[in-house]
Amino acid sequence: MDLVLLLFVFVLAGFLGFELINKVPSQLHTPLMSGSNAISGITVVGAIAAVGLSPSGWGQVLGFLALVLATINVVGGYLVTDRMLGMFRRKDGNGK
Amino acid sequence: MSGFLTNLAYIAAAVLFIFGIKMLGSAGTARRGNLLSAVGMLLAVVVTFLEAGLGQAWIWIGLAIGAAIGAVWARVVKMTAMPELVALFNGFGGLASALVAWAEYQSGFVSGGLAATGDYPVFRAGVISIATWIGALTFTGSGIAFGKLSGRLSGKPQALAQQKKVMLLLFGGGILAAVLFLFLRDQAFGYLLFLVVLAAGLTVGVLGTRPIGGGDMPVVIALLNSLSGLAAAGAGFAIENNVLIVAGCLVGCSGLILTVIMCKAMNRKLVAVLFGGFGGTPDGPAVEVDGEMKASNPGDAYYVLEAAHSVAFVPGYGMAVAQAQHVVKELADLLEARGSEVFFAIHPVAGRMPGHMNVLLAEADVPYEQLLEMEAANQRLPTVDVAIVIGANDVVNPAAAEDASSPIYGMPIVEARQARTIYALKRGQGAGFSGLPNQLYFLPQTSMLYGDAKETLSALVKEFQS
Repeated sequence: MDLVLLLFVFVLAGFLGFELINKVPSQLHTPLMSGSNAISGITVVGAIAAVGLSPSGWGQVLGFLALVLATINVVGGYLVTDRMLGMFRRKDGNGK
Repeated sequence: MSGFLTNLAYIAAAVLFIFGIKMLGSAGTARRGNLLSAVGMLLAVVVTFLEAGLGQAWIWIGLAIGAAIGAVWARVVKMTAMPELVALFNGFGGLASALVAWAEYQSGFVSGGLAATGDYPVFRAGVISIATWIGALTFTGSGIAFGKLSGRLSGKPQALAQQKKVMLLLFGGGILAAVLFLFLRDQAFGYLLFLVVLAAGLTVGVLGTRPIGGGDMPVVIALLNSLSGLAAAGAGFAIENNVLIVAGCLVGCSGLILTVIMCKAMNRKLVAVLFGGFGGTPDGPAVEVDGEMKASNPGDAYYVLEAAHSVAFVPGYGMAVAQAQHVVKELADLLEARGSEVFFAIHPVAGRMPGHMNVLLAEADVPYEQLLEMEAANQRLPTVDVAIVIGANDVVNPAAAEDASSPIYGMPIVEARQARTIYALKRGQGAGFSGLPNQLYFLPQTSMLYGDAKETLSALVKEFQS
């Protein structure tokens, strides 16, 4: 893929990231952090590719380790965020 | 063809991440936002798996092991242990990104050079070393943060005697190795240079996090979160995968914003947090505090609380340590039942991670409306009859507002001192985490309730029930 295009994507995503997070109430900082932490586990995609496509046995081993770690990050991160958010409830609501 | 469809799916996943993060920013939509971003992740994983070939047993195994560990962990963790869990997950993500970059390098190496596995070999060598370095440093840094937060390591700042020189050496050596690596990447010596970069990253993570005190942990966790995103983006450049780049950069930048917000809430410069310990005040604070701390007991406190029309709770890390959030809620309910107005004044950096107190109190079913952010709480505190400070110290220390020589001078505080009567729950008479004396405890309207916060509060609850 075109390198310039990738850099373009990177810069735009950066601006978007800055814009999205401004003005989040501090009550939500923990879930926000653990939720975005789960997104950083997107590297799982790279790990799958490495396990599946690497021509080197050692490369596949590295990919496999990455796959396990990234999956823990993704699954654990999303579930724990959901658990936390399930506890935030309003007085009249029944969030649980 | 399949590459085109995969990329379309990646775009969809990226859109879901963006909406997910956006919705995480407000209370009503946060849970759905998280779900949306999880769907995006699932989509990205499925199409990648399809492309790699579903017959790959090791991918199934890796996904299954990771999912099982993550799911169990997420379920059994106590809410008080949330900061260290987030730190740990974050470290795993960072290491995974470093390993993905390594695997990409390895593939290129055995194929006769990075040029054989993709375009722009020099650029890719560069991003491989960056992703490896950041990922490795995120991993060990998060590991140390995990140790400090869970009490396995001392929360006190621990710096080497020659800390700055060693760090400079590591940075310089790492950068030098990385630059040489760009040109020697396809030779055996190049592989050695790569390993040097990896080792430098791992070491920087350890040495860089050890000198940071527990009170500064919210900043560090937010920063490490940001770095894990950048590591993923770097890995994305290495394997030329746009969804990694978008998602990684989103997380990197949002994490950076959060880091800056945390620094502002403590009135500290990021540089000072990372390199300063506590701004160069080693020990023995110069400020002497006049007066005496008055000890009280739950019995006396009960009579004061019983007559109070409005009560504010100011929780801090001590509440988390004592696991007192449920008892606090019980007491708050009893007070409300008697017609008192009750709210919680939450400092943005109370506890050990951004929003720590909110999570704990939400676990105890304290309604969202009772949790006031600092500014809102400070407007109401002057009219409050009783403020109950639960294991909070620096975030209520008047020195931050009054004493220009104090290391925390300028940090906005919860104005608990404005309340008519103050009860401070504290384990012992010693100074707080930062080692600073707290003038709040010496005010004439302040009484101390010594002991474990949970036991003290339980005693108060009993008084109300009898």
